[in-house]
Amino acid sequence: MKIHEYQAKGIFEQAGIPVPREKVAASQEEAAAVAREIGLPVVVKAQVLVGGRGKAGGVKKVDRAEDVEGVAGRILGMEIKGLKVEKVLVSECADIDREFYVGIIIDRSQRVPVLMASAAGGVEIEQVARETPEKIVKQAIHPGVGLLGFQARNVGMALFGDAGLAGRFAAISRRLYDIFVERDCSLIEINPLVLLSDGELLALDAKINFDDNGLFRHESQAAMRDMSAEEPREVEAKAAGLSYIKLEGNVGCVVNGAGLAMATMDLIKRHGGEPANFLDVGGSSSPDKMVTAMRIILSDPNVRAVLVNIFGGITRCDDIANGLLRAKQEAGIQVPLVARLTGTNEEEARKLLEGTEVTPAATMAEAVKKAVELAGGES
Amino acid sequence: MSILVNEDTRLVVQGITGRDGGFHAKAMKDYGTKVVAGVTPGKGGTDVDGIPVFDSVYEAKAETGADVSIAFVPARFATDAMFEAVEAGLRLVVCVAEGVPTMDMVRVFDFARGRGTRILGPNCPGLISPGEAKVGIMPSASFARGSIGVVSRSGTLTYEIASHTGEYGQSTVVGIGGDPVIGTNFIDCLELFNDDPETKAIVLVGEIGGTDEERAAEWVKQHCRKPVVGFIAGHTAPPGKRMGHAGAIISGGSGTAADKVAALEAAGIEVVYEPQDVAEKLRARL
Repeated sequence: MKIHEYQAKGIFEQAGIPVPREKVAASQEEAAAVAREIGLPVVVKAQVLVGGRGKAGGVKKVDRAEDVEGVAGRILGMEIKGLKVEKVLVSECADIDREFYVGIIIDRSQRVPVLMASAAGGVEIEQVARETPEKIVKQAIHPGVGLLGFQARNVGMALFGDAGLAGRFAAISRRLYDIFVERDCSLIEINPLVLLSDGELLALDAKINFDDNGLFRHESQAAMRDMSAEEPREVEAKAAGLSYIKLEGNVGCVVNGAGLAMATMDLIKRHGGEPANFLDVGGSSSPDKMVTAMRIILSDPNVRAVLVNIFGGITRCDDIANGLLRAKQEAGIQVPLVARLTGTNEEEARKLLEGTEVTPAATMAEAVKKAVELAGGES
Repeated sequence: MSILVNEDTRLVVQGITGRDGGFHAKAMKDYGTKVVAGVTPGKGGTDVDGIPVFDSVYEAKAETGADVSIAFVPARFATDAMFEAVEAGLRLVVCVAEGVPTMDMVRVFDFARGRGTRILGPNCPGLISPGEAKVGIMPSASFARGSIGVVSRSGTLTYEIASHTGEYGQSTVVGIGGDPVIGTNFIDCLELFNDDPETKAIVLVGEIGGTDEERAAEWVKQHCRKPVVGFIAGHTAPPGKRMGHAGAIISGGSGTAADKVAALEAAGIEVVYEPQDVAEKLRARL
């Protein structure tokens, strides 16, 4: 789960990581008031949960008090990569000497958190990693003891070549690690971490992603979720215990298991169609879940056919068949349905679907071919 | 022969008095697995389907000689269950639960590594050595004893792929789990399959996210003496979206299906794009 810059900065401030004087504003009037309080010049920054807002014109420096309302108003009306800007952060203008990067992520193969830092700040770290990996300094963190003082100082020395700055860097990065652990983060990042002309370090930007799996023990963090940034169908699916992601094609799919769902989408594409969605109905599937799944898929007007691909283990094929028939009755489904149900109780399911308008298929490949054909694509 | 579990495996089921735990304990026992104990704190002295229940894993091990555990407990209690099984000195601990916090797994893995216990999962279907033992939730009928080792990050896709190993059957099928941090990875399983005389070829089922497949490919290139067939799911997955599994996400342009296929092919691994093509590729290589 992603949170906004201003929310992450709030967490930084609480932890004692230096941030600029700044405040969030939801209207141009509010933005102007904040600017008066802080003093000009200020930077007005769009608060959206996607990268690249600077390039999209969502970050502007304002020198004159009378211009703040206008600039804030323009940014507040913007849409960046499909997301509407609802809030701006009005921030003091820092006197920057140099820009750095510091972040903590989980190294999946080493299975430990890693502190990453680079003197190439202000650039996406993935780009630095691709183009100039030698510019990134890494320090693996042992989960038992945490980020140790000397480890953080050594990274600081590699970055700054100055013991005083390395010490300040170490304090900031150890606080970052404390946040990372206490709040179950999956990523925490300061980019850029700036060295000011007066020799101080400041977190000019802030990014925190929470581990979704840890949210159950952090109620206040879960409450930070910005629902306006989420696709309504995905939210509805999640509430029903389904995992759904909307795509651009016209073949809807209902599958049990994330891997099989992806493989089904891939096969649709391979046979000349385009998947309309990813949908994993999860483990034990009651008929109710099936009804919800069908309703969500069919609320996408692009869908021309629906493919149901189930490899039943815990999931019972007769539950799926019953759900499908109920959905057909209740939702008055107009588009053709193709079902491939194999595994637990497949015989019962086959009998249930006999004589209905649901097209049966014996294998995944056959089901995909039929669904693509019925959706009007080639096969 | 097989890897990790066989007919001598003595299994303890953590959370056996729960709905899932009870159901699968019975299913595993019916399959022929030696399910020697169950554990639910506070339910010691009772039994489930004739399987004695203990209050702790330590006790279960002492009384029954259990050496492998499978935990059917909700994600928020799974971490403690894994710690307990490791501390009790079990050889292998399988965690089925989906939703275990990543930092918890980092700690469990570190704790287990220091004590010589292997963790499988979390968010995995477990493993099966057909005809010998099932320690997991997979539908038994989809597997047949034989000579192909299957290792996969997925659940149902694993069943689909295993059902296409044709006349060869499987030595062991391992679901390593779909989370970002897992106890046993591709390379761990490849090493075991490579040394298992019964395993004649290996099928590796990967998906988007992370670089585990790339590392596995490198390992195969350098060490593997057996033919490997690969399958990667998620060619059509959009970047930045978590595709069901917590670990299945393309982030910052890395972890794409195309990258993984390229890495596998560069290592001499035959990549199939449709599950049904697995058997044919195996025939060509065996």
